Amino acid sequence: MAGPMADDPTPEFGLDYAPAPESTAVVHLADEYGLFIGGEFVEPRSGRTFDTINPATEDRLATVAEGDSADVDRAVAAARTAFEKHWSDTPGTVRARYLYRIARQLQERSREFAVLETMDGGKPIRESRDVDLPLVAAHFFHHAGWADKLEHAFPNRNVAPHGVVGQIVPWNFPMLMAAWKLAPALACGNTVVLKPAETTPLTALLLAEVLQDVGLPPGVVNIVTGAGDTGAALVEHPDVDKLAFTGSTGVGKQIQRSAAIRRLPLTLELGGKAANVVFEDAAIDQAIEGVINGIFFNQGHVCCAGSRLLVQESIAGDFIERLKARMTRLRVGDPLDKNTDVGAINSAGQLARITALVASGVDEGAVLHQAPCDLPDRGFWFAPSVFTEVQQSHRVAREEIFGPVLAVQTFRTPDEAVEKANNSPYGLSAGIWTEKGSKILWMAERLRAGVIWANTFNKFDPASPFGGYKESGFGREGGLQGLGAYVRDAGANA
Amino acid sequence: MGGHLPVDKTFKLFIGGAFPRSESGYTFQVRSDDGRLLANAAKASRKDLREAVRAARSAQAGWAGRTAYNRGQVLYRVAEMLDARSDEFTALLGDGGRSDESARSEVEQAVDRWVWYAGWADKFQQVLGTVNPVAGPFFNFTFPEPTGVVVQAVPDDPPLLGLASRLAPAIVTGNTSVVLAGEAAALVAMSLAEVLATSDVPGGVVNILTGDVSALLPWALGHLDVNAVDLAGSPDDLPDAALADAAENVKRLVHGDPTAASPSVIAGFLEFKTVWHPIGH
Repeated sequence: MAGPMADDPTPEFGLDYAPAPESTAVVHLADEYGLFIGGEFVEPRSGRTFDTINPATEDRLATVAEGDSADVDRAVAAARTAFEKHWSDTPGTVRARYLYRIARQLQERSREFAVLETMDGGKPIRESRDVDLPLVAAHFFHHAGWADKLEHAFPNRNVAPHGVVGQIVPWNFPMLMAAWKLAPALACGNTVVLKPAETTPLTALLLAEVLQDVGLPPGVVNIVTGAGDTGAALVEHPDVDKLAFTGSTGVGKQIQRSAAIRRLPLTLELGGKAANVVFEDAAIDQAIEGVINGIFFNQGHVCCAGSRLLVQESIAGDFIERLKARMTRLRVGDPLDKNTDVGAINSAGQLARITALVASGVDEGAVLHQAPCDLPDRGFWFAPSVFTEVQQSHRVAREEIFGPVLAVQTFRTPDEAVEKANNSPYGLSAGIWTEKGSKILWMAERLRAGVIWANTFNKFDPASPFGGYKESGFGREGGLQGLGAYVRDAGANA
Repeated sequence: MGGHLPVDKTFKLFIGGAFPRSESGYTFQVRSDDGRLLANAAKASRKDLREAVRAARSAQAGWAGRTAYNRGQVLYRVAEMLDARSDEFTALLGDGGRSDESARSEVEQAVDRWVWYAGWADKFQQVLGTVNPVAGPFFNFTFPEPTGVVVQAVPDDPPLLGLASRLAPAIVTGNTSVVLAGEAAALVAMSLAEVLATSDVPGGVVNILTGDVSALLPWALGHLDVNAVDLAGSPDDLPDAALADAAENVKRLVHGDPTAASPSVIAGFLEFKTVWHPIGH
């Protein structure tokens, strides 16, 4: 493990819990998965496959098809046929019924999905069970109700679906991001080609079974697994009418370059480097919990993670000590254990990136504090970490680490807090901690970010629009504003 | 000595509330439909564009910080001043080959459009914003904010209505704008600058450059302090590499019907901010 062990106090009293692993018996994996195209699983024309592993054990879970451009072409053709043959004529009331059915199936099979999500991605079962999957079902349920109300959602506009939508989702919230993409697209009458992330394809493939079970017409949703080349083939495909991407700002910029040339509708939900701003008049215990949740939720694999703590100078010393003490009490380990707070890093590649960025922080002179914890021998792990003495020029203050690493800076005045919080090319989210309501609204007006959490953090809801300012992307997901990304103006009202 | 020789106007650029010549020293001739020399107009350079973006950025926070009521009145004042000079604009459009009836109609529509968008200043938040019923003890609301500095390629035709239809919805919410007007729209655009300069529009809120839009737009698309580029009135022959440069800072690219009037046009120049606040005691 990189970096020196911390000088933090070891807990003086026993808090060890007995292991409480969630059973994996509920999950029935196939050995191999094909691509989901035209309502059935098919062999990839590429002839290529890849293994997906459990990042907590490095054990192979299944072998998955790797789609190439011929496979993407086939999926786009299936989506086009479905759009033209029936889906564009399917009444909103009927589209709504399909979405309600999907929501119900997901509620009923929620535990199975949660366990699989944790196995494939490494996130704690407590989160996949209590956060991801409930939100997934809620997202379909919420958007089901929009499908037959579009004329009320977009009054005085004659809107139509784009047609075939290409959607690329990341590995940090595989099912939730798929739900954020699929539900509004289908509600508005589009058909979809979805490309799940390379390291977390399995829940999307299980979703394909649900789509079959609910009788969604073939080709309305097609799922093409693979890595970057597969995604690029989808982005470049000439018969895709709209693109939606969630992932890194670097890849997002590549996608924007391609879409801009073709003047193609695009929504991007990209990286972040959110500031969590703690004022001296905050409820300190709540703020500690909020800062911990903000950076260590899902191992920090969160685009809106509160990865920069800006704490008012007058309370900084005490606050940082309490934060470090709280960090040592996080339970890091088996993601399937119901008591685990911080699970496995999603992949070897991501672990290498986190390790390199943390090393840069040490090299550049920031002071690293890490929770002393016994990490398993196999799998990918990173101890919860906090950097103090961070300068704005340090990479750990500027770059998205996408791991359980917090960079702490201080400020004296609210103006300075705004200046520092906004000093980033990113603008996805921000946190404000103060008991003074007028200060919350004053800050919320000035922070250049799409989601502002006041005295809370990392809250999500299908009715609440999510998305960024600046280089964190454009377009929203969720709520009325998110729905608008999946319709186009079809000319003057008839 | 007898008679009177008209004093011809020198058309320059409009940057930061002032009317400078192009730093390039270049001009182009604008001739009427029947070949008369109407004026020499300034041919803006890349450096002029940078100056205009700088002026727009400097003015943006102050303009967005005005009350919505105030911005609405300023836009209404633009309509008043435009209406007062309707004969001049009708003649300018006529020089471009339009019938008197068609020209007069366009001026009237442009005045109407400024009035219409002026009224949106204190209403778009209510139409485009939402209170969101989240499943938890939170007050959750979403409100629109200006994206920042917008560069707008306005259409050659109709020049005055097109300009009103793109500029008004961009600035009414608190954005500042750099307008790029091509040779066919140059005199109309610069005459509108005179209207803006006498309408209580703060300096830098609108900046107008005339010249070769196909040359200016790629520089705007690659400029890292521009938040959005409005392509509704842009030429079709933009090089792929120029459009791709928009991704360097994830610019918002705005497309659309260059003469549409709708709150959804306003929305194209907005960001949406969502705030979560706990409910408790």
